[in-house]
Amino acid sequence: MGDGRPHAVNAPLILDAIERSEFTDSRFTVPGIRCAGCIAKIERGLQDVEGVASARVNFSAKRVAVRHDQAIDAETLLAALGRLGFEAQAAEANPLGQDDVESRMLLRSLAVAGFGMMNIMLLSVSVWSGAGGVTRELFHWVSALIALPVVAYAGRPFFASAAMALRHRRTNMDVPISIGVLLATGLSVYETATGGEHAYFDSAVMLLFFLLTGRALDATMRNKTRAGIGALLSRMGKSARVLTEDGSTRAVATEDLEPDMLMLVAAGDALAADGVIEDGRSSIDNAMLTGESMPQSVSQDDLVHAGAINLANPIRVRVTAASSDTAIAEIARLMDEAGQSRSHYVRIADRASRIYAPAVHTLALLAFAGWMIAGVGLHQSLVIAIAVLIITCPCAMGLAVPAAQVVASGALAKHGLLVKDGSALERLAEVDTALFDKTGTLTMGEPVPQIDGLSCEQKSVALALAQASRHPLSKGLATALEAEGITPAAVNSLSEVGGEGISGDWTGIRVALERADAVGNGLSTTLRLGQGLVAIPFVDPLRPDVSETLAALHASGIKSRIVSGDRQAPVGKLASELGIAGDAEMRPDTKLALLKSLKAEGHHPLMVGDGINDGPALAAAHASIAPGSASDVSQQAADAVFLGGALMPVALAVAVARRTMRTVRQNFGFAIGYNVLAVPLALAGLATPLIAAIAMSLSSLVVVGNSLRLARVPKGLSS
Amino acid sequence: MSVLAYLIPVALALGGAGLALFFWAMRNGQFEDLEGAANRILIDDEEDKADAEANEQEADR
Repeated sequence: MGDGRPHAVNAPLILDAIERSEFTDSRFTVPGIRCAGCIAKIERGLQDVEGVASARVNFSAKRVAVRHDQAIDAETLLAALGRLGFEAQAAEANPLGQDDVESRMLLRSLAVAGFGMMNIMLLSVSVWSGAGGVTRELFHWVSALIALPVVAYAGRPFFASAAMALRHRRTNMDVPISIGVLLATGLSVYETATGGEHAYFDSAVMLLFFLLTGRALDATMRNKTRAGIGALLSRMGKSARVLTEDGSTRAVATEDLEPDMLMLVAAGDALAADGVIEDGRSSIDNAMLTGESMPQSVSQDDLVHAGAINLANPIRVRVTAASSDTAIAEIARLMDEAGQSRSHYVRIADRASRIYAPAVHTLALLAFAGWMIAGVGLHQSLVIAIAVLIITCPCAMGLAVPAAQVVASGALAKHGLLVKDGSALERLAEVDTALFDKTGTLTMGEPVPQIDGLSCEQKSVALALAQASRHPLSKGLATALEAEGITPAAVNSLSEVGGEGISGDWTGIRVALERADAVGNGLSTTLRLGQGLVAIPFVDPLRPDVSETLAALHASGIKSRIVSGDRQAPVGKLASELGIAGDAEMRPDTKLALLKSLKAEGHHPLMVGDGINDGPALAAAHASIAPGSASDVSQQAADAVFLGGALMPVALAVAVARRTMRTVRQNFGFAIGYNVLAVPLALAGLATPLIAAIAMSLSSLVVVGNSLRLARVPKGLSS
Repeated sequence: MSVLAYLIPVALALGGAGLALFFWAMRNGQFEDLEGAANRILIDDEEDKADAEANEQEADR
């Protein structure tokens, strides 16, 4: 034993083995976690996998954290999850995003402010009820001891933001807040030290508490929606198997791929880079790029793009463009630029503070000058000026916006619409034109087979074939047939050829699902039974409530039109059916140009689209909504995502956003009304800490109560 | 009034204890998965045991 260990003679080997096998953590996004049963199934199922130490499901974030032996890799775990019946993707190693850190800091600050407020209030109440002399002085000193660290800790979010704004020579809501809090604390310390009558520690800390409540609510809303959208997000190959010179393969992360590497893409994998097929033929699902679900058949020398999913056979792809040079990255850049205009949008709270802050500061200054002229002395004038600042500190204003927006977004989430943040609600309220993409937005985006004309025999053979195929059309066919309660026929020796179809042997007859010969209108597949051929057409049905949604939008004064990349004939037909205008054969840049011209005319366009080709338009529009079935990029570019088959959430979003802004304005009204009542008292030098505290709590309660009314969604629109 | 000398520290200590507990809970990840906690109640721990017993009974027969 040369390693200097104590002589542990009994079973040292096993211990060593356990100590040396280092465990590592992996995280997976599993959108399919819906119930307690799923949690139990995943956790127990994964623990049975050899090498897994523990598995823990986070239900809210739809994630699984697995602690496992380094010997097993993510793919083994993904396969194990697949066997359990859950589709999963490997998630980023570091789950703590920027937003999460921010909301944690806000919660901590809120807790500290709450602690300070309770204790200081306890002391203040006895001062208000008449404690005098030494007791009052003692209580002021204790309050100061509590308030100073609390203000320093809990005030950081505001001080940091105000300092940032001032550095850029701008002002935001945090500037008057910070000045008010700091002056109130400073004045109170001075009063305490000189044995004065009033100290405003309670007001300063209470102000922080109420404002932090608003901020924490705001952050929680954002995180909740992001977690929801993050769980929907997926795909884009995170790594690729690359063939090395000595013939072995190794996994290379997406960002480390370089041109001329040779990727092996297994069936079912997403491509991690653009490239040319060197060997093999297959069909790929390009839905992420185009939003079209029809698979494309590809063979040698064809160009394939990152984000496409290989459906049928393994292929070898020579990388031509990797990481930031791929087509998908190019579109992302276009979106980035288009999104710039939106970052110039000024939120309503900051717009209000641009008027509010100078007004309040001028008022305080005038009060100081007025009382100086009146000759009450420097100290008294200063006290009054600061009392004006404290009493006008925008407590209700700080709550007015987030309280309303949080309640509204919670109500919308219940009806299947996830709004990303408050600014999205503000912009949604202003739209006056709605642009809809066709495929996948007005339509379901999933082709449905027309199977009414088939006999029972045909249906059962078709189901047997479709179940064995991984082609998207086959999956749709299998789903439709299973829904009718068909039992599959016994079909043997099945074989699938990418781009051709799937065939097999049924009671000695050759049966097959084949690619339709006629490239005519729409999608279809051909069912072969020996010599007999039956065509099974697929249609992409409209969402069930399209006309109701358009009518609801029209009723609220919003003009709708279709902007589609599809051909003129189908777009024109649909547009006239729905009675709205329609533009066909629109490309990403022409959609952008249309948006620009609409904006130039003073309109505020709302873009509703799903494909990545809609991405730039989604980013450029005044507000945008994407369906939950949309490509990842579109979901990220959009302000809101709606789930499910109904389109009504779009109309609902606009209606609720408008109601929210009405409520926000009412809240501002209350806040200003409170100031109108309280400021004269402060100007007259009558504002005691008691009055400030009561007024502040009352106005905050009124604002929160008014906002809670938004939890009820208008009846006619809830689907 | 000397009672204040005890009461104020006691009040502060109680409040501080609550605050410390909240910080601990946050660092400990108690707020990571609120919906999950609600659902986990429904998971039946006895499930595996019940299955095993059923199997045993079958084996006995």
